[in-house]
Amino acid sequence: MNEPIERQAVISGAAQSEIGRRLYRTGLDLTIEASLRAIEDAGLTVDDIDGISTYPGSGGPFGGISGAELHDALRFSLNWRDGALETSGQLGAVHKAVLAVAAGLARHVLVFRTVVEGSGGAVRAGGGGGGMGGGMPPAFQYLIPYGVTSAANWIACYAQRHMHDYGTTREQLGAIAINARTNAASNPQAIYTDPMTMDDYLGIRMISDPFGLYDCDVPCDGSTVVIVSHRDYAPDAPNGAVHVNAMGTALRGRPSWDQFDDLTTMAMRDSAASMWERTELTAADVDTAQLYDGFSWLAMAWIEALGFCGKGEGGPFVEGGSRIAPDGELPLNTWGGQLSGGRLHGFGFLHEGVMQLRGTANVQVADCEVAAVGAGGGPESGCLLLTKEIR
Amino acid sequence: MSDGPPPRFISPHAEGEFYWTAGADGRLHLQRCGDCRRWIHPPGPVCPYCHSRALAPEAVAGTGTVATFTINRKEWIPGFEPPYAFALVELDEDPTIRLGTNIVGCDVDAVRIGMRVEVEFEENGEFFVPLFHPIENG
Repeated sequence: MNEPIERQAVISGAAQSEIGRRLYRTGLDLTIEASLRAIEDAGLTVDDIDGISTYPGSGGPFGGISGAELHDALRFSLNWRDGALETSGQLGAVHKAVLAVAAGLARHVLVFRTVVEGSGGAVRAGGGGGGMGGGMPPAFQYLIPYGVTSAANWIACYAQRHMHDYGTTREQLGAIAINARTNAASNPQAIYTDPMTMDDYLGIRMISDPFGLYDCDVPCDGSTVVIVSHRDYAPDAPNGAVHVNAMGTALRGRPSWDQFDDLTTMAMRDSAASMWERTELTAADVDTAQLYDGFSWLAMAWIEALGFCGKGEGGPFVEGGSRIAPDGELPLNTWGGQLSGGRLHGFGFLHEGVMQLRGTANVQVADCEVAAVGAGGGPESGCLLLTKEIR
Repeated sequence: MSDGPPPRFISPHAEGEFYWTAGADGRLHLQRCGDCRRWIHPPGPVCPYCHSRALAPEAVAGTGTVATFTINRKEWIPGFEPPYAFALVELDEDPTIRLGTNIVGCDVDAVRIGMRVEVEFEENGEFFVPLFHPIENG
């Protein structure tokens, strides 16, 4: 295999803003806070940053914090900037930053995702970013009329079929939620930290069968920033640089919440497959997995897609929680995931992957050298394989 | 669901308007390619398989099978009162096409994957909304 181009890039800095349920701070304010922290973490200054990449950018019914506003707020002088929704999931912003660095368009790209859903949540339809804003895309016009405005409803349909075909149980989904809650207790920025039992999980009100409230992530306010740099900079990164080993970007099925060819997986099937096509590492080499749990079942679907177990075996794999615990064979979502840590929309997993490889996580996995990070549900999907050393 | 049809926020795109109006004659219509004869959903301007533009709505039997479903138990939309069943129905003519719909005419807790269902229409303003109910002894 020729060296994949993403090996030219490292993550030289990572940081988060204050994270909370209702901070009543603007998204730009939070983004600036996380940006300044991440730039310092990377040993750089504002003047060193020559690229900005964000998901989903501003504009459109699902628009976010503008990269241009950040550009101006800190008076960056840029060689490259990008912000878009139609990419390989939330991590698409990282993928493009890596490509920009590898292509020489920029040397240090600031990548961010900011959410203000805790404070602004009153106008949102719920987890997943679903909503009934203007300009509804045609694909949603066959869902919204039936009272299903939330990704909770759409993803519940896949979880239900997974249960039907493979015998997956609510207790198995609960193992993912409880693992997240247990880990969140050690994360000072996490939203939910009170211990949760299986009885708590099973007893909470149902949202959309088979999902109860604790299967759904918790909206929050917060910004996550990473600095993607050329690997030449790695020796100078004061807190260590994490290497990008492989990127998963494929979207081989229909880009649809309801017309995807397999109702027991989602687009992560293709992101994961394409990532493994770009590396000689395998699932057996992974020391920790930070996998999107906007809804509990998504983490299970990611576990299957990445090959940590066979298709349909995700339920037994996570059952009881020992395999996915911090001292298990696949430590999962050690920061608390979006289920308890907060819905940072994919970037919480990325941040934690970096911390694990640096050895500075709150719940640190022993001898952590390879981290798999996957983000997205439904037709939004992308992943990254990160390594401590270049591999 | 309670008195009167719920608010459904139907806002058809250019090619899709027939889906919400053709039920006036009591039959479900889907877009079909006049050349390769494949069914297309959601409707579009060009056949995604043979790129023909000879596309037209055509009536289907209106029967299918529940591929999956969820019982929504939270109120998202005032006037759209939970609980209600949302299902993806695989169409008999082409099971790769799934229609999102509400299952009516039975208790929500009776909905099952594999259940045989057929279309009915809810008159909702200017639209005829395709809903599905269980087929007796289906």
